[in-house]
Amino acid sequence: MNDLDCREFVEQVTAFLEHALDPEAEQRLVDHLALCDGCERYLDQVRRSVTDLRDLPADALPDETRAALLEAFRARTE
Amino acid sequence: MEELPPDDVLVARLRDGDDKTFALVLDRWSGGLLRLARSFVSTEASAAEVVQETWVAVIEGLDRFEGRSSLKTWVYRILTNTAKRRGLREHRVVPMSSVDDSGPTVDPSRFRPAGDPFPGHWWDFPPLWPTPEQGMLRHEVQAQLRTALGELPERQRLVITLRDVEGYGSEEVCALLDITAANQRVLLHRARAFVRGKLEEYYTQEANR
Ligand SMILES: [Zn+2]
Repeated sequence: MNDLDCREFVEQVTAFLEHALDPEAEQRLVDHLALCDGCERYLDQVRRSVTDLRDLPADALPDETRAALLEAFRARTE
Repeated sequence: MEELPPDDVLVARLRDGDDKTFALVLDRWSGGLLRLARSFVSTEASAAEVVQETWVAVIEGLDRFEGRSSLKTWVYRILTNTAKRRGLREHRVVPMSSVDDSGPTVDPSRFRPAGDPFPGHWWDFPPLWPTPEQGMLRHEVQAQLRTALGELPERQRLVITLRDVEGYGSEEVCALLDITAANQRVLLHRARAFVRGKLEEYYTQEANR
């Protein structure tokens, strides 16, 4: 019988994704995932959050700052 | 997105004063630098100044770059040092050494209590999220994510920004912030759980509209 419960599972999600668990602990999580749709969904949602964060578009520098920096770069070699 | 040339080519061109190459890295990296700076200082304006100061230091220091780390990591280090100094001046000290973040990351009331036939298991599974094709506006989700990042405690925000937004590996982040792997993981875990929770809240609200 698998003794890991969902409350423990959710606290180990990051360690699991980082492959930071020892093999035995990792196996418990894998076994729990096979049995528990709720935790499978939770894990997927964490993964999706990470992917969405990765896709966040970056802010741009203010135009004047950008222009000033290009100017400073050109001045360097003069 | 066009690949940047390898570091040795990049550095040689920059040292030669090739301003197209400088514009390329400036545009490619400034967004990440801004986000990172924002984790240390209190305003957008302040963050922009930190980024500007960083690029000036990069321009001045180019000839001293030794290639022991990647160019980008070197630039990021200059930024964190600049931002930390600025943050200190603004009295926003970011203590990186101790983990005081404790307690569960998911509301305990989501799980069945002791005495239940299935203690510790979900009462209800986390609600399903719509697939991106189901019309949830991409920029809406992105706004939620930005807000969630903004609400995080500083150390968590730093770690999740570097790891998940910027895509740095855990070792790089530990080195950059001078924290242990275990500490880094705890901060990342709490931050991710928070962000997931905020998205859940958002999707649930949208579904009930
Ligand atoms: Zn479960």
